[in-house]
Amino acid sequence: MDEETIVYALPNRTTPGNPVLFDEAICDGCNRCLTVCLEDVFIPNPQKGKPPLILHPDECWYCGPCVDDCPLPGAIRLNHPLQQRVRWKRKDSGGHFRV
Amino acid sequence: MNVPHESGTVLRWPYAVRYGTERDYEADVLVIGGGIAGVWAAIAAASTGAKVIVLEKAATERSGAGGPGVDHWQWAADNPGSRISPEELAQALVDNQGGYRSGISTYIQCASAWETLEEMERMGGKIRDTGDEFRGAEFRDEKTKLLYAYDYTNRFVLRVWGHNFKPLMREQCRRLGIRVFDRVAVTSILTEGGRPGARVVGAAGVHCHSGAYVAVRAKAVVLATNRPKRIWTFSSELRGITTFRPPSCSGTGYAIAYRAGAEFAMMEKSMRSSFASPYAYPPYGSGNAINTWYPCTIVDANGKEVPWVDAWGRPVSGVAARCRPVEGQKFFIMGGGSSSQPHPGLPQHLGPKPIPDLEARMLAGEFVPPFYADLAGMPEMERKAIWGIMVGNEGKTRIPVMKTYMASGFDPERDMLQSYDFLRGHGMREPVLPQERTFGEQGVCGGMLVDWDLMSNLPGLFGAGDLLFGGQDHSHAAASGRFAGARAALHARRSSAGEVSLEQIEREKKRVYAPLACSAAGPDWKELNAAVARVMQNYCSELKNAELLSLAKTWLDDLQANEVPRVSAGDPHQLMRVLEVHDIVTCAQMIVSACEARKASSAYLHFNRRDYPQMDPAEWHKWLVIRKQGEDVAVSDRPIAFWGDFESNYRPRHAENAAAMASASQAASRAAA
Ligand SMILES: Cc1cc2nc3c(=O)[nH]c(=O)nc-3n(C[C@H](O)[C@H](O)[C@H](O)COP(=O)(O)OP(=O)(O)OC[C@H]3O[C@@H](n4cnc5c(N)ncnc54)[C@H](O)[C@@H]3O)c2cc1C
Ligand code: SF4
Ligand code: SF4
Repeated sequence: MDEETIVYALPNRTTPGNPVLFDEAICDGCNRCLTVCLEDVFIPNPQKGKPPLILHPDECWYCGPCVDDCPLPGAIRLNHPLQQRVRWKRKDSGGHFRV
Repeated sequence: MNVPHESGTVLRWPYAVRYGTERDYEADVLVIGGGIAGVWAAIAAASTGAKVIVLEKAATERSGAGGPGVDHWQWAADNPGSRISPEELAQALVDNQGGYRSGISTYIQCASAWETLEEMERMGGKIRDTGDEFRGAEFRDEKTKLLYAYDYTNRFVLRVWGHNFKPLMREQCRRLGIRVFDRVAVTSILTEGGRPGARVVGAAGVHCHSGAYVAVRAKAVVLATNRPKRIWTFSSELRGITTFRPPSCSGTGYAIAYRAGAEFAMMEKSMRSSFASPYAYPPYGSGNAINTWYPCTIVDANGKEVPWVDAWGRPVSGVAARCRPVEGQKFFIMGGGSSSQPHPGLPQHLGPKPIPDLEARMLAGEFVPPFYADLAGMPEMERKAIWGIMVGNEGKTRIPVMKTYMASGFDPERDMLQSYDFLRGHGMREPVLPQERTFGEQGVCGGMLVDWDLMSNLPGLFGAGDLLFGGQDHSHAAASGRFAGARAALHARRSSAGEVSLEQIEREKKRVYAPLACSAAGPDWKELNAAVARVMQNYCSELKNAELLSLAKTWLDDLQANEVPRVSAGDPHQLMRVLEVHDIVTCAQMIVSACEARKASSAYLHFNRRDYPQMDPAEWHKWLVIRKQGEDVAVSDRPIAFWGDFESNYRPRHAENAAAMASASQAASRAAA
């Protein structure tokens, strides 16, 4: 391993840690999602024009207004925890899929 | 991304912090909780000309259980297509709960849900199939273009496009000049002289971004903060902080009104429920046949249909028959099976459902698990209704289910959604353990006791929405909110402004800011919440007796005395969360006190006292009411239908409300002219 690699001593992450995913290429940092959030999950990004920061991921209710009310389609999407991904079956092919 | 950990840097709190700084305001009517009931109350009060302030913990534009949406407008017996009267429907709803449902707010709902929805339409809400998407559907009225749900013959539940009702209501607040303060968590009700049991003169709370102290003096206060949750279950790891309703609806309204001396009824009722289970899937996001998904067909692994039966177990064949009353019924209420075991309701009012003995028949080899909701196999109009207007507008399904599943490739015309444990003949069909109980996630539950003015025993304190004893639903919140707002405004007209006690404010400030001074070595709010849930699981669960309940009390009191004072908060947001859990402790204590007081078991109340095993003895068929009296709990009771006659209590008040709103709007248009 590279001797220059810096390794920090960090506590474990809060999980599930990413209730939503931002697309930085689309999001213009307007903070509308932050304003409408039911649980005060976000704080504004100190860097102007960047998506809000997720400060309280463990408090997200997975309700969706942050996505519904975002003016730029695709800038933010909901990201269900892995253990919350529902499955389905395609009737004609019998194939199985999941979220 | 969890920022401070991942980047190796800790950011400064992004908002200016003003702990202790006091901001004082004055209004005729103060609304606590800008959810569905609260905003309707504010709109009604302001429509009478009253000066109104709303304090909301989250952001009013979307906050509350109904903020993200609504698909069913329940019990609108006053709508033009209804074949039954508000009296008939309200009585059936009350009877269906063995009498343990409020005749007051339920009647207000049945008699004015439609009138309220018409007001929503005037605000811009879509309530009709104006695009003729469902032309010819059995559930559509071709003239009015209204769409109905469940009982297509009697037509008293409407399907609505409610995903943007809340933002439209927020907009109406702006038009009416209502002052809305978002991100203020109310922490106490202010009473005259700071005395519990005295007249209510305002409320105070903390701003969740700045930490400033906000106090409002008002002639009347409407409390509309929804119900307690996170009482028996808590795990932030498993699902959207654990339960069905929004985490911000944490029962604070119950705790602050109780501390102020308000009476609460039916606090002993709680039930085992998938709505409380942290293992449940996103609501209406797995295969089922209730509410939003009614009347969806369920099939087994080989595509074999699960048969449906009526309330008496007679076969119901074909999808269309699931939406019509059967012989022996004039009309039916909902359907699809009830999670409300052991008391699912009266057969004359119960809708069709998939066979309740599916589990036994599967074990005997008749069906092969797993099961699926066969959306692809549903008749086109029903499929388009379920995976369209319903899933597209229901609270918490538009984005989490419809948009997210379709982005992953779900196709309603080709796919069948997985059911989890569709076996037990209960509604949501997911595995539920005995300790996965809920107080208010599901069904009609206990709450603040009110009279026909929707006023509590504390003069000037009104209630609305799910916080009321024995009432529920979005349309109930809307109709009761509108009614309470008008009553509060009329009360304010007749009252002078009361004096806020500075001593109460000082005492409260000391209490609410205390967590900021605690060392971080103590437990945090999540740990305390989980500890409360553990006590309730172990000592106040499915089976109860005097010894267990006394231990519940002992260990809750222990948490209150020894752990609550050690829970620390590092910023204004955490302070809000810590104070919520303090209130959850109070709510749990209220529940245990009520459970101790009811010395009889009851199927209606899902209440099993092993030391009083007889179910529903006649002498205990009554409401139990608790009230805080000093350090003690005063218990009283009320006869089941203590509210008296519906019509003669409702009509004059409704007329007075309508007149007050109409005269103010005429005055406004005269002023504008
Ligand atoms: C997923 C889901 C789907 C639903 N679907 C339907 C449906 O289709 N049809 C139907 O009839 N019903 C439905 N309901 C129920 C319906 O949403 C509720 O009955 C209704 O929202 C209750 O209104 P409310 O005003 O009493 O509470 P809420 O709308 O929850 O409002 C309470 C408000 O009080 C605020 N608050 C809480 N504490 C404080 C405090 N201390 N200080 C300040 N503010 C505070 C909250 O932030 C919230 O905004 C659904 C509920 C859920 C969770
Ligand atoms: S995700 Fe959307 S709403 Fe949020 S900051 Fe970016 S553009 Fe604005
Ligand atoms: S899903 Fe709801 S709680 Fe979660 S971030 Fe979005 S608005 Fe906030």
